[in-house]
Amino acid sequence: MTAVPLPYRVVGNRAETTDTRTVELLPVGDGALPAFRPGQFAMLYAFGVGEIPVSVAGLRDGVLTHTIRGVGAVSRALCAVRPGAHVGVRGPFGTGWDLATAAGRDLLVVAGGIGLAPLRPLVQAVVSMPHRHGRLNVLIGARTPEDLLYRDELEGWARPYCGVTVDRAGTDWRGQVGVVTTLLDQATFTPHDTTAFVCGPEVMIRATARELLHRGVPARHIRVSLERNMHCATGHCGHCQLGPLLLCRDGPVVGYDRAQPLLAVREL
Amino acid sequence: MKRVGLLAAIPEGSRERLMELGREVSFPVDARIFEEGSRADRFWLIRTGTVNLDIHVPGRRAAVVETLGEGRLLGWSWLCPPHQWHLGAEAASPVRAWEFSAAEVLALCARDHELDHALLTYVVEVIGRRLRAARTRLLDLYGPYGSGSDQ
Repeated sequence: MTAVPLPYRVVGNRAETTDTRTVELLPVGDGALPAFRPGQFAMLYAFGVGEIPVSVAGLRDGVLTHTIRGVGAVSRALCAVRPGAHVGVRGPFGTGWDLATAAGRDLLVVAGGIGLAPLRPLVQAVVSMPHRHGRLNVLIGARTPEDLLYRDELEGWARPYCGVTVDRAGTDWRGQVGVVTTLLDQATFTPHDTTAFVCGPEVMIRATARELLHRGVPARHIRVSLERNMHCATGHCGHCQLGPLLLCRDGPVVGYDRAQPLLAVREL
Repeated sequence: MKRVGLLAAIPEGSRERLMELGREVSFPVDARIFEEGSRADRFWLIRTGTVNLDIHVPGRRAAVVETLGEGRLLGWSWLCPPHQWHLGAEAASPVRAWEFSAAEVLALCARDHELDHALLTYVVEVIGRRLRAARTRLLDLYGPYGSGSDQ
């Protein structure tokens, strides 16, 4: 972890949707950052524009991959970087999904919208080590079929089930329509022996966790990725405080046994 | 059929009496199961496959608003006036289901108050769940921050 951004070279930039791109980065020279783990995030610096936190969306072959939605000045600048350009990177920051502690258990991955990006390296790790865990179920909710990320990869994630549902469908959509929790009926898992990984808007996280608790998945085995306004990423500035937690340091991934009471407080 | 959804919610004796009224039906993919505005005189429990619920949009193909899968109740408009389907339904994949006549089930409910209570409670839960899901989707949670507002 560094306090000063290290220069990384853009080696890839492809469109995922109309407003979302996946950017691939390699360190310049010998100055690579320590290895990231799935669920952690980097602070990406668009030179001359600013810095934002972005979760890692891929970690293969030493390439640092981020999927970025262009919604503000910095994210739009990062979406626009061309191969060969440089960006600044700090990290790795935060807790990861901690896949090792889910060894031997069924896995439920539940993603909403851009929340699929931080879960992608976790799914890739599970798929590459199929005997280390039980059944893998990936449940994805998206706004429309056109907003679906990584569509070429989804078929390979069905171990045994990868389902997609959308909020709004066009006439050519042959898949499901509805909220992501409706896909739970099609997943096969043993609740008390399941670890769930959930990322998406907070309302979706709460609804999913409530449904998982109802089905018997223990709160401590429901891991959720929370988002607050991260600024320093080193636990000093307090921008990302959620009750007793500084999410850049104590999160973003938190067990639902810790997150549930905090998310119930209106002012937090 | 494994006991999920409605069948799991009904006490054993009542469940057996209800299932005596059910008949097995199947629908090929794209089959229209019912049309919006037509008389709602039956309901189904989906055994396998998926069903799209849709709303008629003039001049366009019907818009799918929700997909129902295995174990789900298809249809509740038979239970309350005006006994008309407020959505259409179409098989999104080959569907096997139990079909129940509303008149027969309501007559059974008049004699079996345990079934009546369990069925009504279950249908209200289903309606509540679908209302919560619809409200959640109104929030456009996956849209860009600030979408839905004029910011």
